[in-house]
Amino acid sequence: MTTRNRTNDLGLTRADYKGGKSTLCPGCGHDSISNHIISVAHEMSLPMHKVIKMSGIGCSSKTPAYFLGGSHAFNAIHGRMPSVVTGATLANHSLTAIAVSGDGDTGSIGLGQYKHLMRRNVPMVYIIENNGVYGLTKGQFSATADEGQVLKYYGRNDLPPIDLALEAVIGGCTFVGRGFSGDSKQVQALLKAAISHHGTAVLDIISPCVTFNNRPDSTKSYVYGKDNQILLHEIDFTPQGFVPAREEITVDSYESGEVIEVEMHDGSFIRLKKLSRDHDPRSRSEAVRLLEEAEREQLFLTGLIYYEEPRPTLGETLEIHSTPLAQLTEAHLRPSRETLDDVMKRFM
Amino acid sequence: MAIDVQSSPQAVPEADLVNDFALMVATKNGSGSQTSNLVLIRTLFKMGIPVSGKNLFPSNIKGLPTWYTIRASKDGYIARRATTEIAIAFNQDTAAQDIADLPVGGVCMIPQDWQWGRSRDDITWYEVPVKELITQAEVPSDFRDRIANMVYVGACAHLFDMPLDIIYEALLDQFNGKEKPAKMNYDVIMLAHEWAANNLTKADPYHFAPLNLTEGKILIEGNEAAALGSLFGGVNVAAWYPITPSTSLIDGVISHLNLRRDPETGKNTVAVVQAEDELAAIGMIIGAGWAGARAMTATSGPGISLMAEFAGLAYFAEIPCVIWDVTRVGPSTGLPTRTSQGDLLFMYFLGHGDSRQIVMIPGSVAECFEFGWRSFDLAEAVQTPVFVMSDLDLGMNLWMSDPFDYPDTPINRGKTLADRGQLEGFLEEFGEWYRYRDYDKDGVTYRTIPGVEHRQAAYFTRGTGHNDMAVYSERAEDWVQNMERLHRKFDTARTLVPQPIIDHTPDNPVGLISYGSNDPAIAEARDRLAASGIQTNYMRIRALPFAQAVKDFVMGHERVYVIENNSDGQMHQLLRLDIAEDTTHMAAMPLGDTLPMTAQWIFDEITARETN
Ligand SMILES: Cc1ncc(C[n+]2csc(CCOP(=O)(O)OP(=O)(O)O)c2C)c(N)n1
Ligand code: SF4
Ligand SMILES: [Mg+2]
Repeated sequence: MTTRNRTNDLGLTRADYKGGKSTLCPGCGHDSISNHIISVAHEMSLPMHKVIKMSGIGCSSKTPAYFLGGSHAFNAIHGRMPSVVTGATLANHSLTAIAVSGDGDTGSIGLGQYKHLMRRNVPMVYIIENNGVYGLTKGQFSATADEGQVLKYYGRNDLPPIDLALEAVIGGCTFVGRGFSGDSKQVQALLKAAISHHGTAVLDIISPCVTFNNRPDSTKSYVYGKDNQILLHEIDFTPQGFVPAREEITVDSYESGEVIEVEMHDGSFIRLKKLSRDHDPRSRSEAVRLLEEAEREQLFLTGLIYYEEPRPTLGETLEIHSTPLAQLTEAHLRPSRETLDDVMKRFM
Repeated sequence: MAIDVQSSPQAVPEADLVNDFALMVATKNGSGSQTSNLVLIRTLFKMGIPVSGKNLFPSNIKGLPTWYTIRASKDGYIARRATTEIAIAFNQDTAAQDIADLPVGGVCMIPQDWQWGRSRDDITWYEVPVKELITQAEVPSDFRDRIANMVYVGACAHLFDMPLDIIYEALLDQFNGKEKPAKMNYDVIMLAHEWAANNLTKADPYHFAPLNLTEGKILIEGNEAAALGSLFGGVNVAAWYPITPSTSLIDGVISHLNLRRDPETGKNTVAVVQAEDELAAIGMIIGAGWAGARAMTATSGPGISLMAEFAGLAYFAEIPCVIWDVTRVGPSTGLPTRTSQGDLLFMYFLGHGDSRQIVMIPGSVAECFEFGWRSFDLAEAVQTPVFVMSDLDLGMNLWMSDPFDYPDTPINRGKTLADRGQLEGFLEEFGEWYRYRDYDKDGVTYRTIPGVEHRQAAYFTRGTGHNDMAVYSERAEDWVQNMERLHRKFDTARTLVPQPIIDHTPDNPVGLISYGSNDPAIAEARDRLAASGIQTNYMRIRALPFAQAVKDFVMGHERVYVIENNSDGQMHQLLRLDIAEDTTHMAAMPLGDTLPMTAQWIFDEITARETN
């Protein structure tokens, strides 16, 4: 049986995790990311009723309609999805929020909410489908477009880009990854780890817009991505409950320091095997340096850029009840008649 | 009072005047006078005298003038009064005007140290040696400035007959029962009282005397009442961004949060989040409402502007949440610390077009509490945002009230299929479930919430562009059908919102219509109008959309006046919009002078119009 037809722990096939038919341009990078999400959810046996799919506005933000049809979804307003997720996860902390945004949705109109979201450590996966343009409004430059880039209709972009991964690292996000929609292996490994993360996990995924920004000289194009992607490391994700093949690592004589293993909050493991470069994602200063170098030298570095022992989530900080707030009943929601009498006495 | 455009000096009779006058304290913002003023008003309240307090404060932390007016009324009238008989002129910057505004026969208390001189000879003067008394009091020097205001409390106690033991009780209340600060302030009050007794000769007719009219009553601000109501209504998520005059509403939620802490686990059943702006605040409550929680925010006009897009989304996506708008005047650089009812039209139509929002309009602190809890039931019953329009006067001033009634209906989650069993039950009955299909023909459809474990539970939420199966659709017919259902839902809402309160005598040709915090001024004006031979009926509107009774009232009178505190006569406009019949007999009577309405203005205006 191929992976695709195999049923998972919940007895579901990969096809069960699909959504509606995509209405994006054929070949759009965003569709590949939807497919990665479908594969990962299937492999991880995610119960779909426990997942909420959240998005802002844009071609990218439409995609939750195209995966995980068994999950509730909320297509919010432009740039403001983070606040909606904040409220939804406070209402029910037992839900897994998978959110999709675009570089316009996040990097311009939504930059404020993006930063405040990670400051609060709202538990969610935040996927930026980054194509350097506003797809849905027909190809204007976004704030992640390269300085000096030229587009047929809008001409030359004279402003420097905002690096959304760097913003996340600086903003206190505890999990930051960068990927390329065309690299299913790495994106899927990053997605699995992000879903297991306790807190905000940002994935900045370069996702070519075939209609408005796919010329080979664009750093957001397929050709550029395929030719220039530099993998920081090979990522191996071992889900919770499985013992990572630790012995293998040592026996196989990897030099110490070449494999970094991180145990995540839920007991799953990420194992990073060094490839081209030395990068320890557990160091914030290294992460910042790496991203600055990548921008300066125009290097398309992908992988887990930053990881930190998670801080308490917003709900934990606010010490909310272990029963999801949305499921509390009258006994918890309405103080007694006697309590009101007591309160009233204080105002007499 | 310098900014009271309505006051006109008028003669005060010579005989003793008991429990029926107003006293105004003029100080500088941030001088700590609020404590003294609250002690004064609480003392009167404890003496059994009906009181109301109006704080007129600047948008400033320290230094600008502030006026606190206390009205005592043996007849129980609690509206702002146009005239103030007694001025405690403790702010040198405004004293000239404060004194000039006093009626003939009025009273001025002023610090002796200023050597002001007596600029009028038709009022009574009391000069009080504030500096000297404070130096005598054994008060640590860094407390002196703040405590100086206790001097006028002591002098007032002597001059206007306020018992010292009751003042001490009021002080204790003010300091939450802490004896040390209460004692320190009380010492100054006693010193001033003693000095006044030995040095001042009573030369004015004003007195307070104990009554028994506040027994069992409470004194509370509307915002705190609203906070309590929300907590008794089961709020789970309160997200906000600070803005006067709504800030103290969420402060109230925070300070009473213990009411909703689970005693067994010590955990909170309410999450309060200070958002990065109002856009985020409403986004959070929409997310929470969508996921099945009871969620609220509180803001004022500028915040409402920022919330417009989300409010439109929530209207079309049909998501329950509660938005308190404690209204004030104008933009941020307008008159943010003055009251107004100017957000009415904006709130009603908030969105991107073709939306009409539900607006509840409390007219008292008791209704702030009631609508506090009821708003959540209404929001879930109609599956839509519910706005609650309070205002600065109602929200931030102290009001006398009967203790609040415990909610008389259990929590109503509306047509929510909150778990597998409920969804299965629905499927058994109807054979299918689609999010926006109108099974009951009242426009309100059934919703599931995320987390319901059932293959059919999930649906895709988007503002527009959906058919009744919540599937993306750009078909014109689907849109029209959706709008028709929303209109049906709107008509259902007319029956579910708080109905108007109507005081009606048949054959009375004059009908007054008003809403919100104008109520006490109208009650008082009607008494005075009746005494002068003009009988009026009265309807207080308590919500939008209008109930049928609203229209009946308008059409059932020969002459109707719509009295409101904004410049454009916004309720008047809405009524004309909503009522298809000829409504030329209905006149607008807007004020919008940034101050709480007075009975005097209503009386004068109606008298003029009715005798024309
Ligand atoms: C308040 C508001 N302003 C503008 C728009 C129009 N708009 C829709 S999508 C979009 C840009 C989306 O760009 P991006 O997030 O990069 O998504 P992409 O389409 O590229 O995936 C804009 C400006 C809107 N929907 N709402
Ligand atoms: S316009 Fe670009 S981003 Fe939008 S669907 Fe087409 S290819 Fe994708
Ligand atoms: Mg884009």
